[in-house]
This record gives sequence, structure tokens and C-alpha cells, in this order.
Amino acid sequence: MPRQQRKAKISTDQCVACGCCIKVCPRDAITVPRGIFAEVDENLCVGCGKCVKECPASVIRLEAGSL
Amino acid sequence: MRAKKKWYDYLWILSLTYLILGLFNILFAWLGLLCFFIPLIISAAKGNKAYCNKYCGRGQLFSLIGGRFGLSRRKDIPAWMRSKYFRYGFLLFFFAMFFVMLWNTYLVFSGASELKQAVTLLWTFRLPWHWAYNGTLFSPGIAQFAFGFYSVMLTSTVLGLATMVLFKPRSWCVYCPMGTMTQLICKYSKK
Repeated sequence: MPRQQRKAKISTDQCVACGCCIKVCPRDAITVPRGIFAEVDENLCVGCGKCVKECPASVIRLEAGSL
Repeated sequence: MRAKKKWYDYLWILSLTYLILGLFNILFAWLGLLCFFIPLIISAAKGNKAYCNKYCGRGQLFSLIGGRFGLSRRKDIPAWMRSKYFRYGFLLFFFAMFFVMLWNTYLVFSGASELKQAVTLLWTFRLPWHWAYNGTLFSPGIAQFAFGFYSVMLTSTVLGLATMVLFKPRSWCVYCPMGTMTQLICKYSKK
């Protein structure tokens, strides 16, 4: 059974939409399309966790992605 | 691999210059209105937070000092500080203090009170700042607003630096009143 890859998951209700995560993402997988919360493109996210460390509100976690 | 730097990744230089200019001539404080109107206009017209996400020089300054220079513990911000109660509460408090500042400016304009050549830090501590004022061509109210506005900018910088050291570099972004306000505008506009 293949190991499920972990992806960045944003707690959108607590996100402040500052965009710090956009700047550190090496895959340009994060956007803040409507200025309310950030969204992760699961097809691009490789689960590196840089955004998790950067997020000033600490509302990003690495979780098993949906397959 | 970091992406190639864009022109707007250097806007922290303007934020730093702004703070320094205020040490020499307080009237430069008026330029700070740009940091109020640009994000509001972008959020109202475009329905996004491009200002926070790309252009905010204040945030860049914190990520430079806290991130690149390492002056940050990089700990999680306490849950209460990222709660909506605190964020909206701080926004209201900030508004209230802003109106007090506008009222003081009005009193000087109307001649009811004298110009106070001081910068008030954290809404409490009055710092002498008279060297940065050599008179104005217009009403002393123009200078009173400059002193008041610079007080707002310096206070928020000091708070931002404190939470940068204690928590993460851009912890200020969590409770930044402009950020909270533009997020609310995006949330409730139809775009």
C-alpha cells in the first residue's frame, strides 16, 4: 500500500489572509483568491511544511491529502 | 529555491525610510496615509488582499528582521491573540484611538488647543519630538495631525516588533487593524 502524501491544510475560519504562506511556498501552490482565506492547490503541494512554519497565526497543518 | 525577487519585494525600504524621515521632519508623517488608503482601495475595488499579500512594506520589514536576521523566537502566537474577539476588538480600539487623534487635530485647527510637539507611544508615553518641527506654511493643525499620525505608525511598529520577537516574524499581520479591515471588506463585498 503506497504511503499517503501529506499536504498543507489551512484552517480557513482562522486564516487572516496575510499571504505570508504565498511568499514561502516553493511550488506556488497557495493563493488568497478573494482576500478572505488562503487556499492550497493539492496537486501542487508537496507537503514541505514551509508554510506551516511561516504562518503567523499558526493555522496551517500537514495532513494526509485526499486521494 | 526562492523565486526571483519582484520590484515590490523591496517596499520595506519605503517603510523604513518613512520612520526615519519622521525623525527629521514630522510633516513627512502625512505620507503614511498611503498605507491606509491603498489597502482599502485595493480591497474595495478588486476584492482581494493584494496589499497584504504582496506590497505591505511593514510586513516585509518584520520578515526581514525577524526572519532573515533571526530576531524572533518563532513560537506559535497564543490562541486568544488570533481569535476574532481579539482581532475585532483591537480594530475597534484602534479606531477609537484614531478618532481621539482626529479630535485633537480638530481642536488645534479650531484654535481651542495648542499644538503639542510630541509623539505619543502606545497611547500613553509622550516622547519629546520638537526637533522634527520647524513650523508649517499652513495651520498648526496640519502639524498636529502629523504628530498624531506618526504616533499611530510608531506605536504599531513597536507592537509589531514586540510580537515579532515573542512569536513569529509577521505576528503583527494577525492583529493588524488594516489587515482585519481589508479582510472584512473582502468578506462582505460582492466581488
